[in-house]
Amino acid sequence: MDIRVQEQPFDLGAEANAFAAKQTGMGALVTFTGIVRDLAEGDLDTMEIEHYPGMTEKAIETIANEALSRWTLGDILVIHRYGKLHADEVIMMVATAARHRADAFQGAEFLMDFLKSRAPFWKKEVSGTATDWVAAKDEDEDALSRW
Amino acid sequence: MDVLYFAWVRERVGRPKDKLETDAETVRDLVNELREKEERYAAAFADLDALRVAVDQELTDFDAPLKNAREVAFFPPMTGG
Repeated sequence: MDIRVQEQPFDLGAEANAFAAKQTGMGALVTFTGIVRDLAEGDLDTMEIEHYPGMTEKAIETIANEALSRWTLGDILVIHRYGKLHADEVIMMVATAARHRADAFQGAEFLMDFLKSRAPFWKKEVSGTATDWVAAKDEDEDALSRW
Repeated sequence: MDVLYFAWVRERVGRPKDKLETDAETVRDLVNELREKEERYAAAFADLDALRVAVDQELTDFDAPLKNAREVAFFPPMTGG
């Protein structure tokens, strides 16, 4: 398991390749990538991501361990950035490796659902002088109940 | 005890952290103490439904006991991913 919470950008392709190269006997590898969207239609200057150092890493580890206990996964990678990001920049990625694709897909989806509302990150949109904390959606909370 | 604030809770309180001596038995007792401190705390803690709390970096609820707690954090619902 590899969990990284970092400010600096990362190379999505290089990370996916390095993760794949570490595995043996895994027939399936799924990656998901989260990207900053400009919901303000071209006005977004920055997306500021705040987190809770210490708790963030622990919370992600708990979520990843839960995924490992529910599906037959060979390995998990989570990279999540914080700080000031711009539209179309990569915020985060998860990768799962498994012998079979169903485990890899479901494991990745489970990780994403829980990272969204159980890992202590908060997003703030800055457009000119206007700032707006992104509100959590009911559907994100509802998504947890299907697991 | 360290009390931490994140996101708009931090902005309303006007600081990221307080160090407090408290006899509060539960998170809710601590919230009531904070509300009486100053108006900006009352504003930050006006609606508990809009807040989440972690005690010693574990997500919990407002009835959680604070015995031996070292760190309590208040924040809005998380928006990761």
